[in-house]
Amino acid sequence: MELVLTTHFGNDQYRTIGTYQELGGYVALKKALGMTSDAIIDEVKKASLRGRGGAGFPAGIKWGFLPKNDRPRVLVINADEGEPGTFKDRLIMSRGPHLLIEGIAIAAFALNAHMSYIYIRGEFVKEANILNEAIDEAYAKGFLGKNILGSGFDLDLTVHRGAGAYVCGEETSLINSLEGKRGWPRLKPPFPAVVGAFGLPTIVNNVETLADVPWIITNGGEKFASLGSEKNGGTRLIGVSGWVEKPGVYELPCGTNLKDIIYKHCGGIKNGKALKAVIPGGSSTPVLRPEEIDVAYDIESMAKIGSASGSGGVIVIPEGTCMVRILGVLMNFYAHESCGQCTPCREGTGWFKTIVSRIENGKGKPGDIDLLLDLCDNMMGRTVCPLSEAAGMPVKSFLTKFRDEFEQHIRDQKCPYGNKFQSAHA
Amino acid sequence: MSVAFSEENLKEFNRLLTRYPDREAVILPSLHLVQQQFGNVSNEGIEYVAGLLGLSAARIEGVATFYTMYNRKAVGKYHVQICRNIACSLLGAEHLIDHVSGKLGVKPGQTTADGRFTLAKVECLGACGTAPVMMVNDDYYENLTAAKIDSILDGLK
Repeated sequence: MELVLTTHFGNDQYRTIGTYQELGGYVALKKALGMTSDAIIDEVKKASLRGRGGAGFPAGIKWGFLPKNDRPRVLVINADEGEPGTFKDRLIMSRGPHLLIEGIAIAAFALNAHMSYIYIRGEFVKEANILNEAIDEAYAKGFLGKNILGSGFDLDLTVHRGAGAYVCGEETSLINSLEGKRGWPRLKPPFPAVVGAFGLPTIVNNVETLADVPWIITNGGEKFASLGSEKNGGTRLIGVSGWVEKPGVYELPCGTNLKDIIYKHCGGIKNGKALKAVIPGGSSTPVLRPEEIDVAYDIESMAKIGSASGSGGVIVIPEGTCMVRILGVLMNFYAHESCGQCTPCREGTGWFKTIVSRIENGKGKPGDIDLLLDLCDNMMGRTVCPLSEAAGMPVKSFLTKFRDEFEQHIRDQKCPYGNKFQSAHA
Repeated sequence: MSVAFSEENLKEFNRLLTRYPDREAVILPSLHLVQQQFGNVSNEGIEYVAGLLGLSAARIEGVATFYTMYNRKAVGKYHVQICRNIACSLLGAEHLIDHVSGKLGVKPGQTTADGRFTLAKVECLGACGTAPVMMVNDDYYENLTAAKIDSILDGLK
């Protein structure tokens, strides 16, 4: 199977520029500097490269949204990786930082952007240090800075650390945070491509998306497209966590069967348990029951069954786990992370947390389930950013697919699992 | 306590000023530097950054209070932050938090009487494949068990 990203991730030296170049690094940048901007963007369009951050927007088309004017442009790399269940970009930044830097340089050249910023979540101190070292190396070799490889193209790249706010993974919130503001999302339009960071036209791309770009330039967009499924080019880094025998990040072709990911690649459910549920694409994606997971893990196929591959984080939940308690964990999170700007989300996530918690603690009231669903309807689609959807989707899907468990908690006025998670030690 | 950047941090601050088209963008990195040097972001730290950037203290405080990583209050020498989100919870985080709480004799959010440890429950740290996970200051510790945490914490001086 052909790999795009992780081929050399087992090599500890791959993060240094010397080894990276010995293994073919920065050849794609040289090639790209001899191409026109349109030709590079065209190649990325042909690749069917979909944004790997969660929304899955075609990268080449996004790049085409920049207005045709001579205002300075900014390229921002979203390395916030905040969606619970997602831990793939950390792998790229720690094992292959130059892949990302090379992808950034190529993209910035194609977009004619001279300023670029990697917005990395604040907790990733080690990864930020690795990136900074790699960036220094790239400057020293002339892959960043003034007149890159004699092309006349200049690019500065700066690592900007966040400081612990999930909402900053949303691109307009991220831009505000980059500008030194509270991370409140902005109303759209104007879209960042028109008015983004520092009032300038801005493209925001996920780490993995840009790390795919050097391979595309070297091998061609059509080859990349052929690795995946229809409309979903290439491979994806899929992070599998929870109760599987072998959790971790797996690079697999887009469209790999989700059941195979869990049972073949990850060795099945930990301790030989039966599967109870899968949250397939980060904590905000609608939960699936075991009979639903025989599906191609790509954007269209997952949408067809009413869920999403999102940010590529598969969370596996075994039999014997209380679904109300899990939803409580998630609602604690969303209530904590709502930025407070929009009333429906600020108040609604708080009520989600309160109501789910009282159901779990044996104090649920008749009508609580309908009340939660009513809250969903009053939040989703009524806020500046999609955080209210991110909180509402798990609520709706848990209540739809595991309603009996919520009803049982309310009827019996207690948690049948004893208000705790089962021990992971067999 | 009067707050001023060390020579090294002042150099980094001045480098950062050249990397953004706008001084305000240096607020977050400056607050990180303050916290790295002094352990938390005090009122004095906020006023110092405001003075350096020519902005009001209120402008800086508005940022400092939005982001959870800036400690507005002093924390212990070791800030032990245990993830309580989904993957970690599925694999025993609740038990680990209780364990550490009992071991240190403090509840989450509290600091031990000797000022060595502050315990906190935190949201997803982005390392779900190696859950359960915690951070102690800037370092990640992964695939945790109660015994492993004991040896990590006992090994801290």
